[in-house]
Amino acid sequence: MTTTEIPFLLELVIAFFLLIGALVALLGSIGLARLPDFYTRLHAPTKASTLGVGCTLLGSLLYFSFINEGISVQEGLITLFLFVTAPVSAHMMAKAALHRRVRCVRRTRNVPWEGDES
Amino acid sequence: MIAAVIPIALTLFAIGVLLNLYRLAKGPDITDRILALDTLMINSIALIVLADIQMQLGIIFEAALLIALMGFVGTVAMTKYLLRGDVIE
Repeated sequence: MTTTEIPFLLELVIAFFLLIGALVALLGSIGLARLPDFYTRLHAPTKASTLGVGCTLLGSLLYFSFINEGISVQEGLITLFLFVTAPVSAHMMAKAALHRRVRCVRRTRNVPWEGDES
Repeated sequence: MIAAVIPIALTLFAIGVLLNLYRLAKGPDITDRILALDTLMINSIALIVLADIQMQLGIIFEAALLIALMGFVGTVAMTKYLLRGDVIE
C-alpha cells in the first residue's frame, strides 16, 4: 500500500483513531436524526461530531507525519479551527432557536416564554 | 490494517451523511436545517480526509480547510439572519 513501511504499533494507533472517530461521528448523526426536539438535536452533533472528526484528523495527522517525514500542519490547523468554531456556531443556533421560540418537548423545565402567553 | 479500516470508516461516515440529509429534508423548523447543514459540513471534512489517506494524494487539505471556513461563515450568516432579520447591519 505504501512506499515506506509503517511500524505495527503506529498502524494500530492510527486504525484505532480512525475507527473510533467514525463511530463517534456516526453516533452524533444518529442523534441528529432521532432525538425528539431541536434543543436535544443540537446537543448530539455539536459534541459527538466534533470529537469524531477530531479523532479522524488526529489519525490522519499521525499517518501523514510518518509518510511525509515531517509534521503535517494542515490537519492540526483544521482540527484547531473546528474546535474553535463549533461552540460558537452551536451557541448562535441555540440563540436563533430561542429567538424563534422553536417548539420543545413537553417535559422541558423553565421554558423562557412560558409565562407570557396571556 | 489501515487499508482494512479506511473503507469501514468511509461507510460509517457515509451513513452519517445520509442521516444528515434525512434531517435536512425533514426538519420541522429552519434551525433544524441549519444544524443539519453544519453537521453535513463537518462529516464531509472527515470524508475528504479519509479519501485523501485512501488515494495517497496528500494535497486535498486546502479543500477541507475551505469547507470548514465556508461552513462556519455560512452557519453564522444564516443564524444572524434569523436573529436580526439582516446579515450585515
